[in-house]
Amino acid sequence: MAAAEAYNVTHRFGNLTAVDNVSFSIGEGELFGFIGPDGSGKTTLFRIAATLVIPSDGRMTLFGLDTVRDYKELRNHIGYMPGRFSLYQDLTVQENLDFYATIFGTTIKENYHLIEPIYKQIEPFRKRLAGKLSGGMKQKLALSCALIHKPKILILDEPTTGVDAVSRTEFWEMLSGLKAEGITIIVSTPYMDEALRCDRIALIQSGKIMGIDTPDNIRKSYTKRLYAVRHPEKYKLLLALRSLPLALSCEPFGDSVHITLPEGTRPDDIISILNTAGLPDASITEIIAGIEDVFLELMKRES
Amino acid sequence: MKRFMAFVRKEFLHIFRDYRTLIILFGLPAAQILIFGYAVRTDLTNASIAVLDNAHDEVSSELIMKLEASEFFTLSHNIKSYSEIDEVFRQGKIKAVIVFPEELSARLTRDGNVTVSIIADGSEPNTASLVTGYTTAILNDWSATLTNKVTESLPVINTEVKMYFNPNLESQFMFVPGVITLILILVCALMTSVTIVREKEFGTMEVLLVSPLKPWQIVIGKVAPYFFLSLVNVIVILIMAWFVFGLPVMGSISLLMAECMLYILLGLAIGILVSTSVQKMENAIFISFLTLMLPSLLLSGFIFPIENMPKGYDYFSMLLPPRWFVEIIRSVMIKGSGFSFVWKETLILVLMTVFFIVLSARKFKVRLGEGGK
Repeated sequence: MAAAEAYNVTHRFGNLTAVDNVSFSIGEGELFGFIGPDGSGKTTLFRIAATLVIPSDGRMTLFGLDTVRDYKELRNHIGYMPGRFSLYQDLTVQENLDFYATIFGTTIKENYHLIEPIYKQIEPFRKRLAGKLSGGMKQKLALSCALIHKPKILILDEPTTGVDAVSRTEFWEMLSGLKAEGITIIVSTPYMDEALRCDRIALIQSGKIMGIDTPDNIRKSYTKRLYAVRHPEKYKLLLALRSLPLALSCEPFGDSVHITLPEGTRPDDIISILNTAGLPDASITEIIAGIEDVFLELMKRES
Repeated sequence: MKRFMAFVRKEFLHIFRDYRTLIILFGLPAAQILIFGYAVRTDLTNASIAVLDNAHDEVSSELIMKLEASEFFTLSHNIKSYSEIDEVFRQGKIKAVIVFPEELSARLTRDGNVTVSIIADGSEPNTASLVTGYTTAILNDWSATLTNKVTESLPVINTEVKMYFNPNLESQFMFVPGVITLILILVCALMTSVTIVREKEFGTMEVLLVSPLKPWQIVIGKVAPYFFLSLVNVIVILIMAWFVFGLPVMGSISLLMAECMLYILLGLAIGILVSTSVQKMENAIFISFLTLMLPSLLLSGFIFPIENMPKGYDYFSMLLPPRWFVEIIRSVMIKGSGFSFVWKETLILVLMTVFFIVLSARKFKVRLGEGGK
């Protein structure tokens, strides 16, 4: 049985369509990522999954239970972490965890093994008020609270937004650990690099899913040859490349600019053009497309 | 049940960790009692009085001198006839007019007793009762120094007290029922609506909803602590009223507490209703203040007597719970009435409570936003 299935789910706020005819099927024990920018409809989709919002159209099931009709039963099995930090800031770490354990009808002791790898790290601060924790520790506490009742499915809405790089890495390692426990995890993130850690991902933009596959297959779906052009003066380089009729697509990425070239054009041609344009030290190398390259390509195709 | 208790415990932690909540809960009632209590002056110096001397004999002159010599009064008018009384009161400077009857001295010797009228400005009930009390004391003092040679007994000067503007002289401690009414509506409705909306605003409601907690557990768990704290508040106010201002509860205390519980329940129901309709704490405060605090201050009869209101407002005030509650608590606390005198008001409050509970239960959402029921 699938852990989560969506059938043509659509949700509208007035004239705005936040989720647009979305369908997917997530297997049990899968770590599934929704990748998309802010405002792409991830939060609304997750709230529908968490039984908090009734979709305007279509329906979603978790373990075969309808998120609208069977919400009472489902709420026993969902671990939900909203996008915002939503624990009680005026309660201590320990009190928060105790509270969530009790309202889910369990105790910290009972499921301690499940949260141990995560909770261990914040346990020294258990007497501290949750509001006074750092961003990374807050996320760990929130995850502990979402896990304390041993949910069958974890729904994590942008858990790593606003968290430092080290904590983000740690957080994803924890998710891998939970996956090993057999818990299905649905997670959303605006960070493309985190996509690689998921079993499968869905690229979502303007409420529509543009593609669902494993991160590797998503990357392979990029059929054109992709080149990274580097030059110390990146902005000049970008302007120069954009003015080239030769470059089919041209996007700035970190310290380089990714371009695709039409048939018959060789990378060396670009270097010589840049030379004459006053950028003599440019270099060009062929690269394998990343998730973001695919995302941008798909976005263009949609519009 | 365990879940529910954990919820209540959490709620108490919130309250006791937030000093602002504590101030509103306990500081405010104390402050209000003291402010209202001491704003009512309890000492009397140089109150202006007028004298209508119909006797013009040695006794009346002596009494007038006595009054004037005391530090309590200043004689500012000598008036000639009854018709002037109204005018001096309307000018507002005179607190009381003392009327000596004709042939004062002769009647005192002949009959051994005589009646002096004290007409006081009842629009200031506190001052009025002080003025009449002091005047009576001074007159009695004087008569005690005489011994009637004929009857071998003390001549008696009776005083007849009349109130101008406020003939029944409503107690100056009328503010205590008003303060209780105000505090209860504030604590119950305002605080509960704010505390529920706070969960929405901080996003914790989302997590609570996605838990197996039933909606009633969430709502009752949130308001239960306020129910108990409100009761504690009532007791604190009553004790303060008694010890600081010497105002005991005339009627049955258990009846009073039962009525208070009913009113607290009503306030909580209104608070829950407000919380279901707003998303932000400021809005909850604003709505509670506008729809509850101001009407209960202005239209409940706490400050302005209902009899003096224009007709429309009178009917409007009937829709407001505080009006009925002030009525009940005045009867029970000050007049000492039993349940048979307040059952009608109580019934109205019960109906209102049921109405608001049903309405807020229907409006409470188990989901977010416009998701419906």
